[in-house]
Amino acid sequence: MQTDLTARGTQGAATADPLWGKLTWDIFPFYDPLVFGTFIGTVLLALAVAGLITYYKLWGYLWNEWFTSIDHKKIGIMYMVLGTIMLLRGFSDAILMRGHQALASAGHVGYLPSYHYDQVFTAHGVIMIFFVAMPYVTGFMNYLMPLKIGARDVAFPFLNNLSFWLTVSGAILIMISLFVGEFAATGWLAFPPLSGLTFSPGVGMDYYLWALNIAGIGTTLSGINLIVTIVKMRAPGMTWMKMPIFVWTTLCTNVLIVATFPVLTATLALLTADRYLGTHFFTNDMGGDPMMYINLIWIWGHPEVYILILPIFGIFSEIVPTFTGKRLFGYTSMVYATCVIVVLSYIVWLHHFFTMGAGANVNSFFGITTMIISIPTGAKLFNWLFTMYKGRVRLDVPMLWVIGFMLTFVIGGMTGVLLAVPPADYVLHNSLFLVAHFHNVIIGGVVFGVFAGINYWWPKAFGFRLCEFWGKVSFWCWFIGFYFAFMPLYVLGLMGVTRRLSQFEDTIYAGYFFTALIGALLIAAGLAAFIIQIVQSIRKREALKDTTGDPWNGRTLEWSTTSPPPYYNFALPVRVYERDAWDHMKRCNYTPPTEGFEPIHMPRYTATGVVLAAIATVMGFALVWHIWWLAIATFVASVGYTIFHTFNYDRDYFVPVSEVADIESGRMFALPEAGKA
Amino acid sequence: MILHRAFFPLIVASAALLSGCDLVLLDPAGDVAMQQGELIIYATVLMLIIILPVMALTVFFSFHYRASNKKARFEPDWDHSVSLEIIVWALPLAIIICLAGLTWVATHRLEPYNDLRRISPEKPISADVTPLTIQVVSLNWKWVFIYPEQGIATVNEIATVVDRPVEFKLTSATVMNAFYIPDFAGMIYTMAAMETELNGVLNEPGEYRGFASHYNGPGFSYMDFTVHALDETGFQEWVSTVREADQTLDRDSYVALEAPTIDHAVTYYGHVDADLWRRILSMCVPRGTTCVEDLGGHGGHSKHSGH
Repeated sequence: MQTDLTARGTQGAATADPLWGKLTWDIFPFYDPLVFGTFIGTVLLALAVAGLITYYKLWGYLWNEWFTSIDHKKIGIMYMVLGTIMLLRGFSDAILMRGHQALASAGHVGYLPSYHYDQVFTAHGVIMIFFVAMPYVTGFMNYLMPLKIGARDVAFPFLNNLSFWLTVSGAILIMISLFVGEFAATGWLAFPPLSGLTFSPGVGMDYYLWALNIAGIGTTLSGINLIVTIVKMRAPGMTWMKMPIFVWTTLCTNVLIVATFPVLTATLALLTADRYLGTHFFTNDMGGDPMMYINLIWIWGHPEVYILILPIFGIFSEIVPTFTGKRLFGYTSMVYATCVIVVLSYIVWLHHFFTMGAGANVNSFFGITTMIISIPTGAKLFNWLFTMYKGRVRLDVPMLWVIGFMLTFVIGGMTGVLLAVPPADYVLHNSLFLVAHFHNVIIGGVVFGVFAGINYWWPKAFGFRLCEFWGKVSFWCWFIGFYFAFMPLYVLGLMGVTRRLSQFEDTIYAGYFFTALIGALLIAAGLAAFIIQIVQSIRKREALKDTTGDPWNGRTLEWSTTSPPPYYNFALPVRVYERDAWDHMKRCNYTPPTEGFEPIHMPRYTATGVVLAAIATVMGFALVWHIWWLAIATFVASVGYTIFHTFNYDRDYFVPVSEVADIESGRMFALPEAGKA
Repeated sequence: MILHRAFFPLIVASAALLSGCDLVLLDPAGDVAMQQGELIIYATVLMLIIILPVMALTVFFSFHYRASNKKARFEPDWDHSVSLEIIVWALPLAIIICLAGLTWVATHRLEPYNDLRRISPEKPISADVTPLTIQVVSLNWKWVFIYPEQGIATVNEIATVVDRPVEFKLTSATVMNAFYIPDFAGMIYTMAAMETELNGVLNEPGEYRGFASHYNGPGFSYMDFTVHALDETGFQEWVSTVREADQTLDRDSYVALEAPTIDHAVTYYGHVDADLWRRILSMCVPRGTTCVEDLGGHGGHSKHSGH
């Protein structure tokens, strides 16, 4: 069967028009009923949401209280919302692929022609990593870290808002690419020369580059911000070794971000130069070296997986002590394990391409360094295990996710170490075994951790708990669904089936792909249960109300505040004496202060972040479509607006003592109960 | 225990599924792939020594120390134990030391660039054996195979001799690809202007499937080829069949072949331009192009290898 190569009719005009660039009428997906239907559906949904917001007159509220907010808690929540929206998009891609492969492996043509299928798996990877997992972990770090170190906000609150909106800007560009033009069909890391101009002349690759360039700047800035916050703004008495583990993992993660995202930015910039300026960094000819790109992108890419998992390890390290009523076992070794992982994560990148043929010495070196990472990771698992030992394990929803994680993640870890053995990798590389492995660690690790964290901290963020029933339904659907979706892929990998195939020649794999589809549908049910859980909990929020501020009998400082915390977090600086500071305060019968307040210095909200990100989005779009005048105009505008912003001297204010006293007296009713717990 | 209930159907389901399938990676027809498959099993068993107890302990602890079980010991301030910490670090370390040793030895023994050390566990390699050399070029979206000794070339089909070592020399005239015959010896990348190498052997006669295992564009799913493992006579017959084809793979016909096609039919070339391979590596097949090594500066094709 032949695939029609000319079906890719959405790459834009061959030459750029001075006014409209490469934009033409055939950029819209009229050619494909599936995409066009989604397009119409999405537009209608967006109009409906916008209509509802207008009807309930919420635009002002959203703008004033959220979009322009530089409160780390609100930005954290907005990151989580972004992650959830993009999770739905990325998961739709997954279901499309699972359904298509189930059909194609059973001898049907399926419903995705290869030019479309290839974009779907590329978009799935890019979205899940950059616009689901990253916003989720950044959201947690943003919301929790300042509360856990007793700070009132991050070090650079405005920068935090800008970082968030730049991430949104990247997400918007990717979403636009679904309907206007095309997305990259190169795989999520876009290896050249396939991603170069010769082999991918369309706008899809350009969407990829500008979306990631813009979002990557946001991530780097956020990394700097959070490091400075941890280094400079910890509560008095909170020495390094008294920080909660989550703060440690946040610190390590952001060190990784600051050290590796510039590599990503530089690499993508070089590829952008190849595509826009005719340079030859990564082309086949003229002295270019595509293999350099593969090295560079994985020098970022491997630390990236630790950027995703370390904050999640932090979440587990907070949940396990709370739900076992015990101090964390082996705090010190947990800290060292995290730091060791940071260092080691830089010297393992080559294990992603043992099959390039670098020779036995090089391959063994990178294989063994990779295995060494499993030692601190294993130590962490044992530490959680021994925290449960002689504890009182409460099997609430967050803890269920943790146990699900511990059982699932060890399998992913084991297959990961297996893939690190170069001769084993020669046969398993690029196979569905590999696909099963990284979904095993990312779903079993990152996603389970995100849901554990959402269930755990939701009462803190919104003042009411999430309902248990739907939380448990969600957990069991995800947990069982995961095994159905990915265990067949391990088997398929051992049967020699490689990844990214959209058509199959024989039908012996059909049973496995069908089982995987059932797993994906179970996961879809889990996702639906999660949405129902949130909706139900909002409806029953009065019954689920948390008046204590400390619904789980927590151990760290965020639980010492009300739920939700006041916008300034802490009325007076907290003095920390022990590791589990709030646990210690409760044992010492701490009572919140009722007097002695001082005016609190707070930053003002600003629209600059939204405006700059909006300009960046338009600039990205203009660059994708070669609309040079607009690109130049928006570039000038962004520089101009930045300079304009520096003349804004009205950036801060003091919360008067009377207001602080009012807010703090409101919590008086709640806290003594927590003290008894 | 509630977790057991979740696992049991999974185990049953996976056992039922596994019994009916053909795990080629664990039971391949070639000796090198066989050693790679054995390595997968050894490494897995080695790691299960630690993984299984951890999983069992996770289930046991969450059951035994459940909040409702007031009989279990509760020591909220117990958070440190030197002996346990030593075990926690030493146990994974011990496993990894064993695995690292295994990795070092196996990686060197199974290095794809090295000549084979044996034909199969029973058959040592004799000193006078010469491997069958096949030059491989990945194009959009087909494989070109050149047999320099025999002076023939094919598209999307190869034949080898059972128990005779095969030495693939590989390059790409398009994007990066991965060359993969699951029964043979694992995969290796093909890259433009670079030459990689893959050594292996097929020990059982038969027909095997090879394909591109690294995504390379719209024709990816169809970029596969057939491998015939024949006895010496069968191989000679196959060579003569190919030789009978009156087409010649020279600079002009190669340039024509380079045009992108999907699911290209098996094609035989009875003759090959002896200089073609060098020109493909030097990216100067089309007439009027300058070879990389003549461009000056650094560059030129390199053996992509750390040797």
